[in-house]
Amino acid sequence: MVGFQHYLALSGILFGLGFYTALSKRNAIVVLMGIEVMFNAVNVAVVAIAKYLLPFSLAGSVASGGEPAYQFLLTGQVFAIFVIAVAAAEVALGLGIVLAIYRARETVDVSQFTLMKE
Amino acid sequence: MIPESAAWVVLGLPLASFLLIALVIRPFFNRYARWAGYVSIAAIAGSFILSLWSLSSTTGLYKALGWPSHSWVKAGPLDFQVGILMDGLTAIMMVVVSGVSLLIQIYSQGYMHGDRGYARYFAYMSLFTASMLGLVMSSNILMMYMFWELVGLCSYLLIGFWFHRPAAAAAAKKAFVVTRLGDFGFLLAILYLFSHQGLFAEKGLNSLLISDILAAAQGGLLGATAVTWLGIGIFAGAAGKSAQFPLHVWLPDAMEGPTPVSALIHAATMVAAGVFLVARMFPLFEETSAVLKLVALVGGGTAVMAATMGMVMFDIKRVIAYSTISQLGYMMLAIGVGAPVVAIFHLFNHAFFKALLFLGAGSVNHATGTFDMRYMGGLRRSMPLTYLTFLLAALSLAGIFPLSGFWSKDEVLAVALGRGGVVGTLVFVLAVAGVFMTAFYIFRALFMTFEGNFRGGVAAEQAGHPLLQAEVLSPQPASHPPGSASSSAERHVHLAESPLVMVLPMVVLAGLGVVSGFIANSPVALRNVPGHWVSRLLSPSFALAEIEKVPFNWPVALGSTALALAGIGLAYLMYGVRRLEPQRVVRRVGPVYRTIYHKYYIDDLYEGVVIRNLLYRGVCGVLDWFDRAVVDGIAEVVGWFGRNVGKAIARLQTGQVQAYGIGMSAGVAAIVLAYLLWGGG
Repeated sequence: MVGFQHYLALSGILFGLGFYTALSKRNAIVVLMGIEVMFNAVNVAVVAIAKYLLPFSLAGSVASGGEPAYQFLLTGQVFAIFVIAVAAAEVALGLGIVLAIYRARETVDVSQFTLMKE
Repeated sequence: MIPESAAWVVLGLPLASFLLIALVIRPFFNRYARWAGYVSIAAIAGSFILSLWSLSSTTGLYKALGWPSHSWVKAGPLDFQVGILMDGLTAIMMVVVSGVSLLIQIYSQGYMHGDRGYARYFAYMSLFTASMLGLVMSSNILMMYMFWELVGLCSYLLIGFWFHRPAAAAAAKKAFVVTRLGDFGFLLAILYLFSHQGLFAEKGLNSLLISDILAAAQGGLLGATAVTWLGIGIFAGAAGKSAQFPLHVWLPDAMEGPTPVSALIHAATMVAAGVFLVARMFPLFEETSAVLKLVALVGGGTAVMAATMGMVMFDIKRVIAYSTISQLGYMMLAIGVGAPVVAIFHLFNHAFFKALLFLGAGSVNHATGTFDMRYMGGLRRSMPLTYLTFLLAALSLAGIFPLSGFWSKDEVLAVALGRGGVVGTLVFVLAVAGVFMTAFYIFRALFMTFEGNFRGGVAAEQAGHPLLQAEVLSPQPASHPPGSASSSAERHVHLAESPLVMVLPMVVLAGLGVVSGFIANSPVALRNVPGHWVSRLLSPSFALAEIEKVPFNWPVALGSTALALAGIGLAYLMYGVRRLEPQRVVRRVGPVYRTIYHKYYIDDLYEGVVIRNLLYRGVCGVLDWFDRAVVDGIAEVVGWFGRNVGKAIARLQTGQVQAYGIGMSAGVAAIVLAYLLWGGG
């Protein structure tokens, strides 16, 4: 049976892979891909948490034997959609920057970019 | 009986005049600057009339009117009340201040005619008068201090009225700084009282109200030591304002201001404030005989020292200035021997004849363009009214019967003699010596200015005629015979009587100077004025057990008159008929003359030794070293540290975004780890 822990573990592994990719790869496109993976790792975690955990403020209504309110809570899912939207925008921006740099420098190797030092 | 609101109007009128002139007339209607004079005169005339009403009210009662003070600031235990302490002392000072000020402002219309700062001048004069009126009316020592500083400010503004002249700017600054030294003592005394308000509050008193302070001092609420230090602090402030030794150096330099300003400063406002303050606080001083002795000795010493300096000056205004210092010394001396009534009586008379002397000097300056008596002479014929009024003032100052100076000066001598003891005898001798010198220096000035032949005025002065520093007085400069002044100076030398607007106040003052002494404090009852009227009026202000009536002392009166006549005679021999050649006398007493001529080297001492060596090289030298070595050193070390640490850290900035990412994640990891290990309790 797949449970809460499995989702979290998947999220953690994905995040770690994305993190490693973002920090270690030389190619700027790949770095952006790593960042996308991290976003999606977060999405998995957010949706899982929304599914399995009860907000503290609603704990009372469950204890009194009423309808489980959390089934109707879609906070995590909404967050995930927001993250996807933001990620899309961010990738568009990131690719734009990469393209601009490529035009100027004819390379996408991030180790060659030391603009923040200047 | 005068209502309290009317008394506030006395203060408000000149203040309103100041605001009107400063905020409306000067900025917007400067073309009609003449109106500034009219406004100012009208306001002060109103004050004068109301002051007379105050005087008649207090005369009827012979005690304070007992108006309550009004709370202005209440903060915690502090209750700062403002009010008017209306008693004989206040009323008589109000009349002197507003009366003399009124006459001087009328005179100023002529003297300042055509000056570019005409409106500004009257604005300052109004504020000056308002400040002095506020000072004498204050019922609260802090309120008094506010006006006290305002008086100082106004004198600064007026001494430096012609601020484009470096000498005037320097004199104004000197007056401000030197009086500030004394004010510091006064401020300390106020702070002491302020810090002990709990002590006062236990007895239901207010530690800042003058009447409560005096009551506390007399009731033994304050310890003997505290009263002594309070007395010394207050006297320090008074000595600064009243130009007593060793803070007298500012007053002679204050001559750089317009002459009517000098008249006001010397007669009714600035310098009278010091004497008034000591008189006002007299019951406190009475509790501490040591301070009273100090007051008497400082007064006596100053009286003689200033008189000697007055004997050798050539600038007519400086002669009169030293005369003021000397006369203020007499007043302090009188307070010191326990006779504040006599001191205020002398202040009252002095105000009239000293204002007159200055107005006379201004009138002479109007005609000759100079203040240097070596370039005057013979003015008696061209300026008869100025001569006559100056003569009356000089006789009064010298103390010749029956002019006002005679009555008050003899009372000073009589109380000094009556005081007895070592101090009393000493100050009596000093005062008697001063009588002779006073008569000599004022008649020296009179003869040099009005007798003999005219010596060229400002024309000769500008031509640099070789009249040396010493007593060189050729009767007539050969190259500048009278009447042939060079055309460039004709504008300045205009040997004629001053305009009526200037002469009229002088005549009024001369009249007052003649009669004020005898009528105000006559030894016998006159038809409408009871005998010893001033004594009756003032004695309650000083909490004296009985009315202080100084009996007419025949030996003192005859002796002092003889001495004064001897002084006049000597001046006549030296400068009138020139039997004694001044040059030869000077040569005979060379070193003494030089010492006095250089003002006892006190200015040199202050400027050379105290300021240049002690202050600049000593204190400032140490501070300079401290600044360079310690303060700059610390700054250098901090700078070095920052620069080098910065250099070291800058190496971490590679510009590699991924390296930054690793650093940030390491930081986050460290925080999370620390939280898991130690936090989260």
